[in-house]
Amino acid sequence: MIEIDGITKRYDDNTVVNNVTMTIEPRTVTVIVGTSGSGKTTLLRMINRLVEPTSGTIRLDGEDNHTMPGYELRRRIGYAIQGHGLFPHRTVAQNIATVPVLLGWDRARIDAKVAELLALFQLDPTLFAARFPHELSGGQQQRVGVARALAAEPNVLLMDEPFGALDPIIRAKAQADLLDIQRLLKTTIVLVTHDMDEAFHLADKIAVMDKGELVQYGAPAELVKNPATEFVETLIGASERPFRLLSIETAGEAVEPGTADGKPLPEATSQRDALSEMLWTGRHALPVAAADGRILGRVTLEGLTRRAAKPQ
Amino acid sequence: MRAWVPPILRAVLLAVLIAFLVSPGWFSPLLKPLVQDNAPAIYNQGSLLTLTLLHLRIVAIATAGAIVVAVTLAILVTRPFGAEFLPLSRSLVNVGQTFPPVAVLALAVPALGFGEKPTLVALFLYGLLPIFENTLTGLTTLPVSVMEAARGSGMTERQRLFKVELPLAMPVILAGIRLSVVISLATATIGSTVAAKTLGEVIIAGLQSNNIAFVLQGGLIVGALAVLIYDGLSAIERVLARRAGLFS
Repeated sequence: MIEIDGITKRYDDNTVVNNVTMTIEPRTVTVIVGTSGSGKTTLLRMINRLVEPTSGTIRLDGEDNHTMPGYELRRRIGYAIQGHGLFPHRTVAQNIATVPVLLGWDRARIDAKVAELLALFQLDPTLFAARFPHELSGGQQQRVGVARALAAEPNVLLMDEPFGALDPIIRAKAQADLLDIQRLLKTTIVLVTHDMDEAFHLADKIAVMDKGELVQYGAPAELVKNPATEFVETLIGASERPFRLLSIETAGEAVEPGTADGKPLPEATSQRDALSEMLWTGRHALPVAAADGRILGRVTLEGLTRRAAKPQ
Repeated sequence: MRAWVPPILRAVLLAVLIAFLVSPGWFSPLLKPLVQDNAPAIYNQGSLLTLTLLHLRIVAIATAGAIVVAVTLAILVTRPFGAEFLPLSRSLVNVGQTFPPVAVLALAVPALGFGEKPTLVALFLYGLLPIFENTLTGLTTLPVSVMEAARGSGMTERQRLFKVELPLAMPVILAGIRLSVVISLATATIGSTVAAKTLGEVIIAGLQSNNIAFVLQGGLIVGALAVLIYDGLSAIERVLARRAGLFS
């Protein structure tokens, strides 16, 4: 659990983050959104003290993050950034081993961890461990960057626009992989982005920052239903509202009894993608299948339309 | 030019240089036409090999000193606490470069006496600037995301310097050292005007006795040394740069 309590950051007369208080639940994905200059990155960087706050406290599992030196705190918190920031003079394995080496793990434990993470991120250790970052594709570099952030098994992973430099296809894959890994490792993720699609896709809770203030903090559906300010409404986009609602939940959660023709949708497909598939194929219903191929039922155009409508 | 030509040329140059230093008598017929009757064609007031080694030693000592001081200075002024000394140290090192080496020698002799010492001082001062400038460039142009990742992963300031900053800046630092060595190799010859044992002795002896062969052999040895050392250091730089992932 991360408790941010009355945190303020001022540079001279310029208040970048103003009296923000929020609690981030453990094992969830919290996405901080806002325009550039809204203070979202500064807020994130105060959690691992890359930026020192002017006032206020941040507690991690009840412990003030000022009880230890900044570098020790940062070894306990994963940190992944845009453009990956891999060390160009070190191999993939050495990059991933960065924090474990700083923590003084023994060789065998480090090697095992590196191999485990490479496998988890679908990078064959025999092929990739000895490579240098410039020998990898953009998507592979980004995965190594996240693997490095997770190497010391942190409870908390901070991500600053981690997918910003990726092309759309690789980005979608990276987002899906991140969700899988989060479910597997149960890491608390705090991610900063300006991409609302990304926020709705990933977030359990979204925090909206505007001019240094936290203007709304809640579940994605809550933001669509009851935007706290005009800024939140603009950010979500009036014409996007129904689709935002549909992108939060999966097709599995909209299953109705019955049968339908066509290729079954995996249950993890978002309702938005399910709707899109129906519109494109001209069908009114599509079957939904579980991961093992078992047909769970169907989603219908009418059902999704109801779910996309303004809540009463 | 084909890829194998430069290494072969270098190997030939090295072989000729070694042959000349070990057994200069073999080359006597080549230089004979340059001298007047009965004058020696090969330097005869000392061993060329010994002078070459002394020349290299003086350059090595002066460069080693310049590396230690310039790199330390550049590291200090790029730390947060040293930033305000950046302009001062830059101008100090610049002064070293604008001062003519002959003037340094002239000023240093009364203080240090004749011999190697004034020459070492002049070469040391002369070698500082390229190394300092390059180290500064190397340390201040590191990729922002890499430095951010180094801090974010919990490295202390010292760990960042030794594990990330210096290794990444090394190719640029080495380029400065290479420049400094080549300048020193040439400048060391004037040390012989204040009785330092360098290859300058051969050139000065040639000038005094109007013996062009002496001047030529002194100059050519220094030239060959400069080319070979320059090439050698360039090769090391390329290896380091490739390892630093700077050329993909």
